[in-house]
Amino acid sequence: MSGNIAILGYGLSAIGPGIGVGLIFAAYINGVARQPEARGMLQTIAFLGFALTEALAIFGLALAFVFR
Amino acid sequence: MSLGMLAAAGGEEGFTAPNQDIFWQPIFGTSGALAVTRPAVVLVISAVIIALVLNWATKRLTVVPGKRQMGMEATYGLVRNSIARDIIGSHDFLKFVPMLFTMFVLILVNNLFGIVPPFQYPTMSRIAFPLVLALVVYGTYHFLGIKKRGLGGHIGSMVPPGLPGWIKPLVFLLELITYFVTRPVTLALRLFGNMFAGHILLVLFITGGEYMLLHSGSLGLQLFSIPTFAMGIVMTLFELLVEFLQAYIFTLLAALYIAGSLADEH
Repeated sequence: MSGNIAILGYGLSAIGPGIGVGLIFAAYINGVARQPEARGMLQTIAFLGFALTEALAIFGLALAFVFR
Repeated sequence: MSLGMLAAAGGEEGFTAPNQDIFWQPIFGTSGALAVTRPAVVLVISAVIIALVLNWATKRLTVVPGKRQMGMEATYGLVRNSIARDIIGSHDFLKFVPMLFTMFVLILVNNLFGIVPPFQYPTMSRIAFPLVLALVVYGTYHFLGIKKRGLGGHIGSMVPPGLPGWIKPLVFLLELITYFVTRPVTLALRLFGNMFAGHILLVLFITGGEYMLLHSGSLGLQLFSIPTFAMGIVMTLFELLVEFLQAYIFTLLAALYIAGSLADEH
């Protein structure tokens, strides 16, 4: 079988953001469970954190295709 | 493993996994790098559709909204209230609602075209389209910051106040990179990467399933094509979520950057 080692790099770069996104939504669920009325405010913050964390994985994806 | 299996079972040709070349689809004018491509056509069609739908939905506005007005007001309300007003603040958010709403609707419709036949091409999976949108946001927040504080004030306001003196140059350098490089690059790459990866995934599942069903010639792989197609359908639904989420996040971050430039001294 053949392939490109850059794709493995993408797999590695997805580990950190995967954990990070999990932590962010865990905190969001905790926050909503403790204080359901804060949902709207927490949702914005959660998606913001999600977007910023996800950017690292997206860098990995873009670079995997740049260096193939 | 499955790719190796497919290649082994495929005989003379084998299965080729989709790569970035599937996105280059010129329609006419193919000489050289300049061509009218499929995403360009899809973008024009999306602009026409958005204009027609918005005109149709807002033709007869009433105080008690009808069905079509209600749907449009829900979309508009999402951008106006939960993005613009909550983040930019109730004082001067109204000026930016048209821009944010245009971005949201344009990105949303173009993303949805990724899974809606007969278009089935997410425009934003070509880097040029999200790059232009990101540059519009980039220009806007720098222009607003310079207009409010002057050039020196705008650059100076990047450093949060209340830091000890020795750390200021370091933070200033970091913030300079954030404002001028990281923000526009991540804004464009996030949208691009999500659409690109999602589309490649869909193409992989669908063409892989088609290959196993029709060209593999072994019963085991033909049976295995059923879960592959099922996964393709599941990923289509997941794409629907991602497409909406990315339009929302792009608009959210645009509003946040604009709010950062408008904010009073901390």
